[in-house]
Amino acid sequence: MRLAEVLSILEGKVISINVDLSQEVSMACGADLMSDVLAFTHAGTLLMTGLTNPQVVRTAEIAGIAAIVFVRGKLPPPETIALAEEKGIPLLASKYTMYESCGRLYQLGLPSCGLFQLTADNWAE
Amino acid sequence: MTSANVRENKSTETAGRCLEVSKLQELVYELRIEQVMTRKVITVSPDHTMGQLKEALRLNRISGAPVVRDGEMVGIISIEDLIKALEAGEIDATVGEKMTGGVQTIFADESVIQAVNKFGQHGFGRLPVVSRDGKLVGILTQGDVARGLLRQLEIDYHEEEIHRYRASHIFEDIVSDQTGLILRYKVQPKDFVHCGEAASKLKRALERLGAKPAIVRRLAVASYEAETNLVIHTTKGGELIAEIQPDKIRVVATDYGPGIADLEKAMQPGYSTAPDWIRELGFGAGMGLNNIKACSDVMNLDSKPGIGTRLEMIIHM
Repeated sequence: MRLAEVLSILEGKVISINVDLSQEVSMACGADLMSDVLAFTHAGTLLMTGLTNPQVVRTAEIAGIAAIVFVRGKLPPPETIALAEEKGIPLLASKYTMYESCGRLYQLGLPSCGLFQLTADNWAE
Repeated sequence: MTSANVRENKSTETAGRCLEVSKLQELVYELRIEQVMTRKVITVSPDHTMGQLKEALRLNRISGAPVVRDGEMVGIISIEDLIKALEAGEIDATVGEKMTGGVQTIFADESVIQAVNKFGQHGFGRLPVVSRDGKLVGILTQGDVARGLLRQLEIDYHEEEIHRYRASHIFEDIVSDQTGLILRYKVQPKDFVHCGEAASKLKRALERLGAKPAIVRRLAVASYEAETNLVIHTTKGGELIAEIQPDKIRVVATDYGPGIADLEKAMQPGYSTAPDWIRELGFGAGMGLNNIKACSDVMNLDSKPGIGTRLEMIIHM
């Protein structure tokens, strides 16, 4: 799914400069725990989060996150935007809650990152 | 050199030149006017005399200016108009009398090629640049276009150089029984602003060395978790030391306290001693060590309370 479609499904806004809306994202996740993002995302994932500090961008850079959506109408501080622009990670914002943002994208065919292997392996016990 | 060789050299030279030319042509289409225009526009009033115009041109070292009345552009005047006025002895005439009205403008978001065409067709020296809502936002001369193109060419060339330069050849150039590259990063305690920079630099270094993306990602994640632990938990900070060998990468995170009291507990998913302010930042959920373990092929953790902790991670290439 292209970022332009993500933007229209979420009725969102672009909040960093030089964003290429033709960029593709292949899956998405919603998380406020950065360790979770590091643990179960894959390169090319779209991250939805309610956190707005610069560490979100760091985490995205390390994990190879394709773009970040800040949910429930939150806007990040300037230092977060500056870091994202430096690292070339697109920032978007959605007025919808985390649940609804994820739901809207999932309903229109953007898949999740799959099961979290570390804990899924223990699920049967 | 044989004649065949000469011919061959010539043809590669021509091919090289063609490449440069097509690159320039591409840029002329890609670059937008607003990226190359001069944003600071010197304007003159139609009520100014040609004498005043002469001073404005001289002081600002420009060869022409848009003529503006009450915020609206009514014409354009150039050094050529000034010379004509001087020849005719009309230095006291007003700018309004000598200017060219019905000015051609160009939109800021149009491609540079539009400007190049207009310069070519009409022989203009400059074009006022307006936004889509009609506001004067800049001015464009042929010099601006040339400068803009050269600047962009330089940036592109620089990026290509970086791309072309792969550091991986050091492992072939330098011969020893075991060659390794050691990268050392200092990590400050409680410094959340810079947390992640070491992992970010290490990630870039590995990319430059030509490591596979999947390996780079695993190592970056493991190092970032280890770096975060140093920032959150240590009293005096610590170090992240990466030893890169052709077949494996070993990263060691060491610190000088406080040490981990119960290693078994520390390895339990979800167990954390991180304070609330760390949790508010989205960290300290007790998954770090598990995540490091999942990312590395070998992980060793040693710690003594009061002395320090040593975490070793190895990833095979």
